[in-house]
Amino acid sequence: MALLEVRDLSISFPGGSGRGSALSKAVDGVSFDVEAGQVAGLVGESGSGKSVTSLAVMGLLPHTARVSGSASFDGRDLLAVPERELEGVRGREVAMVFQDPMTSLNPVVTVGTQITEVLRRHTGASRRAARDEAGELLARVGIPAPVRRLREYPHQLSGGMRQRAMIAIALACSPKLLIADEPTTALDVTIQAQVLELMGDLVRERGTAMLLITHDLGVVAGLCDTVTVMYSGRVVERADRHELFARPRHRYTSGLLASVPRLDAPRGQRLQPIPGTPRDVIGWDAGCAFAPRCSAADDACRGTELPLVSDGARDRHLLRCAHPVPDQHDQHDQHDQHDQHDQQERSA
Amino acid sequence: MLSFVVRRLLLLVPVLAGLVVLLFAWLRALPGDPARALLGQRATPASIAQVNAAYGFDQPLPVQFVTYVGKLLRGDLGSSSATGQPVLQSFLDRFPATIELALAALVFAVALGVPLGYAAARRAGGALDSLLVGGSLLGVTIPVFFLAYLLKIVFSQWLPLLPTSGRQDPRIDATHVTGFFVLDGLLTREWDASLDALVHLVLPGIALGTIPLAIIVRITRASVLEVLGEDHVRTARAKGLPRGLVSRRHVLRNALLPVVTTIGLQTGLLFSGAVLTESVFAINGIGSYLFQAISQLDYAVLQGFILFIALTYALVNLVVDLLYGVIDPRVRLS
Ligand SMILES: Nc1ncnc2c1ncn2[C@@H]1O[C@H](COP(=O)(O)OP(=O)(O)OP(=O)(O)O)[C@@H](O)[C@H]1O
Ligand code: SF4
Ligand SMILES: [Mg+2]
Repeated sequence: MALLEVRDLSISFPGGSGRGSALSKAVDGVSFDVEAGQVAGLVGESGSGKSVTSLAVMGLLPHTARVSGSASFDGRDLLAVPERELEGVRGREVAMVFQDPMTSLNPVVTVGTQITEVLRRHTGASRRAARDEAGELLARVGIPAPVRRLREYPHQLSGGMRQRAMIAIALACSPKLLIADEPTTALDVTIQAQVLELMGDLVRERGTAMLLITHDLGVVAGLCDTVTVMYSGRVVERADRHELFARPRHRYTSGLLASVPRLDAPRGQRLQPIPGTPRDVIGWDAGCAFAPRCSAADDACRGTELPLVSDGARDRHLLRCAHPVPDQHDQHDQHDQHDQHDQQERSA
Repeated sequence: MLSFVVRRLLLLVPVLAGLVVLLFAWLRALPGDPARALLGQRATPASIAQVNAAYGFDQPLPVQFVTYVGKLLRGDLGSSSATGQPVLQSFLDRFPATIELALAALVFAVALGVPLGYAAARRAGGALDSLLVGGSLLGVTIPVFFLAYLLKIVFSQWLPLLPTSGRQDPRIDATHVTGFFVLDGLLTREWDASLDALVHLVLPGIALGTIPLAIIVRITRASVLEVLGEDHVRTARAKGLPRGLVSRRHVLRNALLPVVTTIGLQTGLLFSGAVLTESVFAINGIGSYLFQAISQLDYAVLQGFILFIALTYALVNLVVDLLYGVIDPRVRLS
């Protein structure tokens, strides 16, 4: 049994986004696992429902959100436990790092207090012990002069430092699971790599499992054991990392990969952004939501709901696509595929 | 911190100096003649000349100004042309009552307004919220004197639970040190005197404090709603902190800044309202004294009063700025 098993998670908000219904679905039947001690990536473009998925697991969605499904953590369904009990889980067993370190720390409370309060809440540590521990945590996440920093306020720290402090807060009680929602997106490019590396080191040395949410496949490539790709509120593909990068099968995933710079790409090959925007979607009940942007879309993709099924014999590789990208074992196959594309485009 | 206070106080000097000049010129430019206002229609030219000489009104204006400033620098606000009493002494006799009333109203407004505003925000859209929003809308529109009379009538005719006039029961033989009766009782350990003065403040305090209360409820509600939507509150909840701690440390504290600002802005409102409230509840504060001074064009009293108000304004805003620094460290640095 995995540490976190999300099953059939659906989330909707009142006030539909113009699709006629009073409820708008942000997430629809999402399932995935996070194994103990492993890093699971959750990937998708903006608006695909990554953040609301993680907030649902934490029980932090606004009251207006309707949530169904289950999120069993260590055998307990976090979607079903009362708020009181959830408070005991948050911060101690499941902790979270958010995207924007500029706004996710309280500007009027010292960094020290923001670390010690979580320690004191969950470990019952004395003021002194919590303070000492907080200093050590700051040192561990690479903040120089940690004892002095404890007395400072968030605005006195740089963006990168703040995110390190957030990581220190999240890891303070040695949670079993760390959820990181775009933890580096708001940071300078040069700092991003450092912070990612730090997070990787920390979870590895502590055996903490991590759900890493990102829209950047480059981030996934370095850290994750498994990858779940979401599009418009549904899982479209799921596989182990090596498998996914070597054999992306869903058209959206391969499109994402083609839009990421790769060191092993042949020289001169240009990056190919996916045409259109995530807003060009159709409802999943009318077929594949990606169809308006997909060059391989045909009638088989529209009209009926497509199931998430294993990719042939590879039962750890799931996908939801009527015309998966053919296996690209060698250059020859790849050429075939490109020819196919060209033909389709010409006929379109 | 200290240098900040000193700098702010020094900044007050040019402001007050400018005010003194403006005030002097403005009062002299008003139509009317103080001696005539004092002596009435049937004053003889001789008696008018006598009064003018006594108060220096016969001197050229620049000379009057220099004399006035010279006295001011020695802490002498001059004497009332109506009563001959030194202005400073009259102020010391009467201002404590007014300030005590204003403070009572402020405490009432803050102590009730912040929790109510918070509760409304927490249940935004609910029944309590609608009630409070509606109530506060009504609250800001009720004129002070109307509410004061209403309270006075209700509590003197039908519900004789609370005193409706004066500052203290005359049967209590209280010792007065500072003129702030509640404080005096505490200083002299005459607890019953202190309590009695406090009870006398209840109705006037409510009458005067209702508009500020309504404003504070609305500001607190809006401010708390905004903070509740901020990312750091979500972080606090993600840490598993209990609701009470989240509210106190991560919501209320951040939400207080705009509330503190409005408190500063309400000084003027409180003083003007206090004058009306005093007259309804027969409190011998600055109000009646001021009315008299205005009708008699009592230069010394009016100048002193406006200077005092300006000084109070400046001090209140200094306190507000200091509070800002206490609440928000980002303000402290800049
Ligand atoms: N409080 C809310 N009320 C209504 N709709 C919401 C709310 N929060 C999120 N949504 C909707 O849910 C959908 C998914 O949003 P979510 O923030 O999970 O996307 P995301 O994948 O995290 O994107 P990003 O990369 O921009 O963070 C969006 O269409 C969004 O409009
Ligand atoms: S189902 Fe059809 S439209 Fe959707 S990704 Fe696959 S090929 Fe494209
Ligand atoms: Mg997001």
